[in-house]
Amino acid sequence: MRILYLLIPMALGVVGVALWGFIWAVRSGQFDDLEGPAHRILMDDDDPRIPRYRDRADDDKPLNG
Amino acid sequence: MSMTAESRASDATRIDISCFHCGLPVVTGTTYTAVINGQQQPMCCHGCAAVAEAIVAAGLSDFYQHRTAPSRRAEDLIPEQLRGLELYDRGDLQQSFVRQEDEHVREAALILEGIVCAACVWLNEHHVNALPGVLEFRVNYSTHRARVRWDERQTKLSTILAAIAAIGYIAHPFDPSRQESLQKRERAVALRRLAVAGLGSMQVMMLAVGLYVGEAQGMEEWIRQFLRWISLVLAAPVVAYAAQPFFTAATRDLRRHQLGMDVPVALAVLAAFAASVWHTWRGDGEVYYDSVTMFVFFLLTGRFLEMAARHRAGQISEALVRMLPATAIRLDAGGTETVVPSAELAPGDRVLVRPGDTIPADGRVEEGASSVDESLLTGESLPLPRQAGDALIGGSVNIESPLVMCIDKVGAETVLSAIVRLLDRAQGEKPRLALLTDRIAAHFVAALLLVSVLVFLAWWYWANFDTAFRITLAVLVVTCPCALSLATPTAMVAATGALTRQGILTTRGHALETLAQVTHIIFDKTGTLSYGRPQVVAVEAVADLEPRQCLALAAALERGSEHPVGRALMAAAGAGVPLVSEWRNTPGSGVEGWLDGRCYRVGRPTFVAALCPEAIALRDDLDAASTWVALGDERGLLAWFQLSDALRPGAADMVAALQARGLQVELLSGDRPEVVAHVAAELAIPTAMGGLSPQDKLERVRVLQQQGAVVAMVGDGVNDAPVLAAAQISLAMGSGTQLAHATADMILLSERLEQVVRGVDMARRTLVIMRENFAWAIGYNLIALPLAAGGWLTPWMSAIGMSFSSLLVVVNALRLRQS
Repeated sequence: MRILYLLIPMALGVVGVALWGFIWAVRSGQFDDLEGPAHRILMDDDDPRIPRYRDRADDDKPLNG
Repeated sequence: MSMTAESRASDATRIDISCFHCGLPVVTGTTYTAVINGQQQPMCCHGCAAVAEAIVAAGLSDFYQHRTAPSRRAEDLIPEQLRGLELYDRGDLQQSFVRQEDEHVREAALILEGIVCAACVWLNEHHVNALPGVLEFRVNYSTHRARVRWDERQTKLSTILAAIAAIGYIAHPFDPSRQESLQKRERAVALRRLAVAGLGSMQVMMLAVGLYVGEAQGMEEWIRQFLRWISLVLAAPVVAYAAQPFFTAATRDLRRHQLGMDVPVALAVLAAFAASVWHTWRGDGEVYYDSVTMFVFFLLTGRFLEMAARHRAGQISEALVRMLPATAIRLDAGGTETVVPSAELAPGDRVLVRPGDTIPADGRVEEGASSVDESLLTGESLPLPRQAGDALIGGSVNIESPLVMCIDKVGAETVLSAIVRLLDRAQGEKPRLALLTDRIAAHFVAALLLVSVLVFLAWWYWANFDTAFRITLAVLVVTCPCALSLATPTAMVAATGALTRQGILTTRGHALETLAQVTHIIFDKTGTLSYGRPQVVAVEAVADLEPRQCLALAAALERGSEHPVGRALMAAAGAGVPLVSEWRNTPGSGVEGWLDGRCYRVGRPTFVAALCPEAIALRDDLDAASTWVALGDERGLLAWFQLSDALRPGAADMVAALQARGLQVELLSGDRPEVVAHVAAELAIPTAMGGLSPQDKLERVRVLQQQGAVVAMVGDGVNDAPVLAAAQISLAMGSGTQLAHATADMILLSERLEQVVRGVDMARRTLVIMRENFAWAIGYNLIALPLAAGGWLTPWMSAIGMSFSSLLVVVNALRLRQS
C-alpha cells in the first residue's frame, strides 16, 4: 500500500491543475456569457456570400442568390 | 411570412401583410420592399427596408433564417443623429468610456439595444468585425453588452456606431468602470471560491469514504494518518479562502451585537476544522473535514445562484444613460446649431429639440408648440401640449414639432436626479425590514449556542475535557447540518427556476418569502394595468361612410405620425390606407390633408369644426378615461373615434383572483384622478388614488406599512421606482424602464397579468415547502441532538443521518419544479 504515498500526491497535483484551469477560465471571461456560445456554434461562419469568404469560394455558386 | 403577389391581389382592400424585417403590419399601397435571398419581401417603412438592404449587402442574409424573433422596427436615421455620433470621437468625451490599450489601439464597452435573439449577436459580430480597422467585436448575449477594440489609424468609434445603426441596432458607449466592473469582480471571486470549495469537497469526500470504510473494516494506522493529513491539506484552502464570506459576515454581525445565520456557520466551520486539525496532529479522535468542506460548498452554491439572478436585473446607471440623450443641439445667439454633449449644457443655454428627440435637461419652452410624452416620468398616459413658457422635464420625449427651449436646471438639480435620489434613499432603508428575518434566526442560533455550552460544561464536569470537546463538536456539527442550511435555499432555487420558465424573473433572495406573506398589492395604472398607449376602442360613423372607411381616412391623414393618437389610428386601420396630399400638421390640434380633391381634418373637435360650415356639437357622453377624436371634411363631421388606454387582458380576472386569496388591491397612479377612478370601477378595485407624485405614492406605502401591512407594488415606470424600492416586495413589467427593473424584486417578462396570481401561489407553496423542510430539519435535530449530546453518535452514523436528511430536504424542494 506504500504506492499511496505516490498516488495521492499525484491526485493532489491533478486537482491543482483542474483548479488552475478553472480560475484561468474565469479570468479569461469564459464564464461571462453562458448563453451566447451555445447559439453561436450553430451559425454558419463560412458562407461564401459573406464578403470575407468570397475569395476563398469563388467557384461555388450561391444556391439561391 | 412572405406574401405572394397573387394573394395580395386577391383581397386588395385589407389583408395583413407583415414586414419581413420587424413583423409589424404593412400599410397597403406602400411600395417598400427588399430582396432577401432572391425573393422580394415586403417592408413596412423606409427604415426597415434600408436595414434589410444593409444586411443583404454585407452578405449576412442568413440572419433571417437563424433568427427566432422578429427584429425591432428600424427608425430612420436622420443625418443629424449620425453627426451626433461623431461627438464620440472627441478626446475629452472619450475619456470616460474609452480605454487606450497602446498608442493606436482603443477599447470601449457598448450597450446594444434591439438584441432579441442569438442571431442578432451573430449579425452584429459579423457585420462589425468585417469593418476595416476593427480588431475585435464581441457581444455578450446574456447582458446585451459588447466590447469593441479598434485601430485608431484606420477607423473611428463613430464609424463603428454608424455601422451598427445601419443594420438596425442602437449602440451607446458607457462607462464600465462603475457598477459593471464591480459586478464582474464579485462574480469572478464567487466563482473562484465555488471552484475551490467544490474541488476541495470532492477530494475530501473521496478520502472520507476510505476513512469510514477503514473505520468499519480496520485499517493500518499509517494509512489512516496519511489520509487525514491529505484531507487537512485539501480542506485548508476551503476554510481559509472559500469560507471567507461567512467569517466576514459573522464578525460584522458580532460587532453589531447581533446573531445572524452566519455566526453558527462560521463557528461550526472554524470549530470543526480546528478540532480536526488538533486530532490529526495528535493522531486520535474524529475528523470532520468532509462535513466542513461540503457544508461550505453547498452554502456557496446557494449564494452564487442568488447573486447571478440579482446581477441580471439591470443597473441604475445604465438606465440613466438611456433616459437622457448623449447629445443636444445648442443654439448660439446667431441661431447657429452646434451638437454638444448633454453633460456640457449649462443653465441659460438655448437648445433645439427635434420631434422624436428626448429633452436633455429641465427647462422651459422659448419658441414653438408641441406635445410632450412624460409617461415614463409621471405616469400620465397622453402626451401633454407644451407651448412658449411651459416647463419641460428632462427625460421626456418631444413628439410633434421642433421646440426651442431654455435650460433652467442641469445635473443633480433635475427632476430625474431627484427621483433617483428618492430611489437611493428607499433602497437604503430596505435592509431594516429584511432584518426581521435575521432576528428570528438569531433566536434559533442563540438557543443552539446555549445548548452547546451546556453540553460542554456537563461533560467537562462529569467526564474530562477531551470527551467534552469531542461531544460538543458532535453537537455543533449535527445541529448545524446541511438540512437546515439547505431548507430555504433549495426551495428558493427550485421555485425561482420554475417561475423563470413561466416568465417571472426573481432578482432578490427574499422575494418569494415576502410575496407569500403579502397583505396589500398596489398597482400602477399606466403601463402596468394598461398598455400605456391609447388604442381605438370605438368608431362612430356619423355620415354615410362605413366605419372602416373612416378609419382608413383618419389613418391616411395620420400616416407617419409619431403622436400616440396617430399611431393608434394607424394600428386600428391596418392595411388599405389611401395616400393624401398637401399634408399639414397643427401641433396639439390635429392634421389636415387632401384626398380626391377634398380637404379632410382629423384631431380635436374644435380643430375639425373650424373646417366645417356648421359647428360640431361637442360630445356630452365624455367618459373620463377616454379621448374623442373627430374626423371631418368641408361638408361636415364624418366620424368620432373613441380612444383610451386599453387595459391589459386579464386585468379584471387578476384583481378578482387576488381578492379571492384575501389580498387588498389598491391602485395608485400619477394619471388624472377621474381616469383612475374609471379604471378602478371597471376592475372593481375598492381603493384607488390618482394624480399622485412619486413622493405621494411613497407616503401611501409608508402609511400602509406603519399599519403593519406587507405591501407588494407592481409598476413599470421611472416614477414607480422609489415606490418599488420602498415596498417590501416589488414586481416590474418586462417592458418597463431599466430603472424599474433595477429596483424590482421580480420582473414579469411575459407581461401577462395573471402571472402575478401565479407568483403569489408559487410563493405560498414555496413557503409551505420551506416550513416542511424546516420542520424536518429541526425534527431531525431534536432526535440527533440528545444522541450527540449523550455521546452515542459515531462518525459514520452522523454522516449517514446528515446525508439522508439533506437528501430528503432537496427532494422535497424539487417538488416545486413541477407546476
